Amino acid sequence: MPKREALAVGLAAVVLVVVLPLCNALPADAPFAVSNFTLNLFGKFLTYAILALGLDLLWGYAGVLSLGHGVFFGLGAYAMGMHLMLEIGAKSVYQSALPDFMVWNQVTALPLFWKPFHSVVFTLAAIVLVPALFGLAFGYLAFRSRIRGVYFSIITQALALSAWLVFNRNEMNLGGTNGLADFKTVFGFPLNRPGTQRGLYAVTALTLVGAYLLCRWITLTRAGKVLVAIRDSETRVLFSGYSPAAYKLFVFVVSAMLAGLAGALYAPQVGIVTPAKIGVLPSIEMVVWVAAGGRGTLYGAVIGAFGVNWIQSWLTTSYPDLWLLFLGGLFMGAVLFFPDGVVGALGRLLARARRVVTRRRERATRDAPLLSQATRGSIRPSSSDE
Amino acid sequence: MRYRLVVLLSLVAWLAAAAAGHAATTAPSPEVTQALADLVGEDADRREAAVTVLGQARDPKWLQFLRALRDGGVYARTRAGTTELVVGGTKATRGDQDVIDIVGAYDREPLGTVPLAELKEVPADRRLRLTIKSFVDADETRAQLADPDPAVRRGAAVKLGNQAEIAAVATVEAALQKETDRWVRHALTEALGLIRLAHGSREQRVAAARTLGEIHSGSAREALGRLAADPGASPAERHAATQAIRRLERWSLLTTTVETVFQGASLASILLLMALGLAIVFGLMGVINMAHGELMALGAYATFVVQNWFRATWPDRFDLYFGVALPVSFLVAAAVGLVLERGVIRFLYGRPLETLLLTWGASLIIQQGLRLWFGAANVDVSSPSWLSGGVPVMVDVTLPYNRVFIIGLATVSVAATYWLLFRTSAGLRIRAVTQNRAMSSCLGVRAGVVDATTFAFGAGLAGLAGCALTQIGNVGPSLGQNYIVDSFMVVVTGGVGKLAGTILAAAGLGGLTKGIEPAFGAVFGKVAILVGVILFLQRRPAGLFATRGRNAEA
Amino acid sequence: MNSSIIYLEDVTVNYDGFKALSHLNFFMDRRELRVVIGPNGAGKTTLLDVVSGRVKPETGRVIFGHETDLLPLRENDIARLGVGRKFQTPSVFVNLTVWDNVELSLRRASKGVFAALRRRDPEEERERIARALETVQLAAKAGSLAGTLAHGEKQWLEIGMVIAQDPELLLVDEPVAGMTDEETARTGGLLETIAADRSVLVIEHDMEFVRQIARKVTVLHQGTVLCEGPVEQVQSDPRVLEVYLGRRREGADAVH
Repeated sequence: MPKREALAVGLAAVVLVVVLPLCNALPADAPFAVSNFTLNLFGKFLTYAILALGLDLLWGYAGVLSLGHGVFFGLGAYAMGMHLMLEIGAKSVYQSALPDFMVWNQVTALPLFWKPFHSVVFTLAAIVLVPALFGLAFGYLAFRSRIRGVYFSIITQALALSAWLVFNRNEMNLGGTNGLADFKTVFGFPLNRPGTQRGLYAVTALTLVGAYLLCRWITLTRAGKVLVAIRDSETRVLFSGYSPAAYKLFVFVVSAMLAGLAGALYAPQVGIVTPAKIGVLPSIEMVVWVAAGGRGTLYGAVIGAFGVNWIQSWLTTSYPDLWLLFLGGLFMGAVLFFPDGVVGALGRLLARARRVVTRRRERATRDAPLLSQATRGSIRPSSSDE
Repeated sequence: MRYRLVVLLSLVAWLAAAAAGHAATTAPSPEVTQALADLVGEDADRREAAVTVLGQARDPKWLQFLRALRDGGVYARTRAGTTELVVGGTKATRGDQDVIDIVGAYDREPLGTVPLAELKEVPADRRLRLTIKSFVDADETRAQLADPDPAVRRGAAVKLGNQAEIAAVATVEAALQKETDRWVRHALTEALGLIRLAHGSREQRVAAARTLGEIHSGSAREALGRLAADPGASPAERHAATQAIRRLERWSLLTTTVETVFQGASLASILLLMALGLAIVFGLMGVINMAHGELMALGAYATFVVQNWFRATWPDRFDLYFGVALPVSFLVAAAVGLVLERGVIRFLYGRPLETLLLTWGASLIIQQGLRLWFGAANVDVSSPSWLSGGVPVMVDVTLPYNRVFIIGLATVSVAATYWLLFRTSAGLRIRAVTQNRAMSSCLGVRAGVVDATTFAFGAGLAGLAGCALTQIGNVGPSLGQNYIVDSFMVVVTGGVGKLAGTILAAAGLGGLTKGIEPAFGAVFGKVAILVGVILFLQRRPAGLFATRGRNAEA
Repeated sequence: MNSSIIYLEDVTVNYDGFKALSHLNFFMDRRELRVVIGPNGAGKTTLLDVVSGRVKPETGRVIFGHETDLLPLRENDIARLGVGRKFQTPSVFVNLTVWDNVELSLRRASKGVFAALRRRDPEEERERIARALETVQLAAKAGSLAGTLAHGEKQWLEIGMVIAQDPELLLVDEPVAGMTDEETARTGGLLETIAADRSVLVIEHDMEFVRQIARKVTVLHQGTVLCEGPVEQVQSDPRVLEVYLGRRREGADAVH
């Protein structure tokens, strides 16, 4: 990792992991106090950023556009949510050991697939393994038969639609449209206590830093270069002796695991898991986080996830009618005017400014144009998606 | 007193008949005379018998009288010691007195305006009203059986069958004699069979059971079941009933199959209508148009607007609106498509994933725009009368006109597209650009113009599909979302570049969906279809009709 | 060492009714530099597609080396066995540096995902990359993005990548199309150097270039071998003349 980036990442990590929770612990009237609400909101955004990292690795590097990552997010969130439901125990409205919605649906015994979620260890494993295995099976079928480009995108979108339909069904015993909610504790800590929320936030922030380092490490290895190579010319990769399918499958599974992890951290912080997080629209919204932030640069994905959701939480409360118009405009604008996102646009602006400064300083060597490519140090979005 | 009344009434009736100018010589029968006298009386049984006498006379004028009686419009007036029955008309207030126009009971001769106080209403209690109703209904049914519209005649016959009243046998038989329409004859035969099954002799029941089986009467299923299980019935009757039921079951298997096939064809046509434009655009430019669903919604809303305009301007020509809405919805969607293509999409050729995101953004904007303009709730689009109802093709199978229309529209659209692509010079240019963009440009084909027109055409087809969808589903801002993923699946399964692939894929997915829905349910059916498509793509990753050879891929 | 490196027997490839290859028999010795010529549509590129695994023939056998059957293998497996392929239009990774392009191509024990996540023997690798870049004279541009190279440079980079793959058999499709005379000459020299210790199969249109490099030429026509032999002999073969001159539109002037 370049030194500058390492410095920036370290700084951001300290702010996110240490400073913000500390500010939250301050009394509410202190000058730098961060309210519980804001911290909780940030915690939610950070889970999105974890997901965006995986999506960027998949799309920004390998050029594989998935429109179905809401499914993996949902799998992680439901896995966590199921454990949280079981933790409620008899403290629920109906005072039954069964989750409330099961009592409501006249289910008398806990379904078999719910039982292992009593175990904390199993739940923690399921959070990453369920999305991973599902991603492995789906990705294997898709990549092995060389479904790619828009074909792959459409298939994943159909996956999102199907999963949404299925999770909405009551007979799946996952709470139907209302999903899972009313969690009371997480691993024994009461959720209504600010300390628990602060802890959850810190874990999320740490996970994000870990996920960032993991993704960065992958991109710096030869495997990361193969991913970029796949985006450039899959055929050349193939004839160089690599199996693009294996690499795509690898990165697809990694991104599915990150999405699952994000979902699992989302569940206790937001307090509810519903199929609404799984469908077609939320899945494609995740893509726009990456597109708006800047794909092909991992920090761009983080910034995008944070920024777009911040705007969303502001618009949907202040001007609810405008949100979808804005989102649509963001899609179009990001594609048309900022193909490399906010990060890329800023980088270009910076490069231009630097060029102006350089020119002024060295008028004699007027025609030594700076290659904006090289100075940006990021990967240019490809002009062809093949 | 009674004697005098009767005499007077008969005189009135006789005079009335004479005044009517026909049957001047037939004096009212003594039964009628007696009946009229009984009506004024207090004895409920006699009054009912009186109504029956009048009803069975089958004289339209007496039926009209009975209707008036039912509605409380019949009065008795006593004049010069005699009582006569009159029918009341318009009421008014003259001075401090309520007055009423009255007419004769039978002949409706005006008898002037009299104070209401001079009259006494002849009441019709519930029992009497029910008796009257049966005669009025029977009369209506008879009238309906003579109606020029076969659908009305058929409805009347079905009603008679459901009532299964022995009294209707003569009517049904008479109607059957004259009837020529196949479906009315079928309903009449069925009605006769049902009546005989309920009231006939043992031999008649055996014959009726056999007939009902032969004509595949679905509505006889229950009655036949009762007969088959009736311990009081003879072995022959039970046997005939069992045989008939077996026949009906075989038939219902056949009708279910036919219906499933039809529903499959109908769904396939909808998918085809939607996927056609999508496939052309995808084949030509590699653009997956995510806004295709919203272009459909635009077409549907255009239909809504045209409908409202007709309703406000030409209410008497309302049925014509759909004929206008079809081209209008095509043009509206095509215009928006043209703007979309020239405005943004053309900057992104060769970058399919980017266009996918871009058009998704456009779809959100159109969708939200529709929501802000027309409201979030579904709007109401009525079918023109020529699209409601259906055409019966088999016993128990009626194909709704709107579905038939959509199958027809899809067929016409495909034919038109084929003609456009393979029989016109514009089509030649489109195919040339599809195959080799660079080479076509070198040969002087203006690829930009071809792109724009093709995209507009594809968008127009979406509008057409939206217009058709108003006839079978709800019209709301998210109309497009409900169908779009399905139509993508058609395009992906069909492959690029060949219309035949799209047609086959639409037929296959439509048929498969309807075929497995009964077993899986709609949701899991959809999941099964997705799994099926993924497995299918294992064998043919580029769809049914992939381009093969050296141009296939770089 | 005089056994064959590649051996095709009775190979037929059918594209929707069009027979790109029809009962083709073809074989090449180790360390041979062979040029395949033929009019458009003769099946030259399809021949390379079959050998490199991109197209699976309808019938026939394809044997690599002594007895490796290539038919059940995927492209990447065939590449790892030692068949390198250079495409007609330059195919390089434009978003990676020249150095990275070669690094990815290097022959190594495993090209699997988990091997690629580990770093192994960097010193030895660096040397091999540098050597390959020397060979194609791109060492000075090692740090540039491949996308910024000129057309000819991209062609050489791709050749360098294929060299780094260290293949036993190198398939080259029209290497000098679109090159200047000087570049063509240099490419010819490059191919001859490569052919010193491995087999090279070149497809070419440019007869000048063919005469420069070829020892043995195979003429393909309508998916089968028309004739085979030294350049001079092939050029004077009446059947070859007929094939080329009979189809005036293309190739007629190329034969002279």
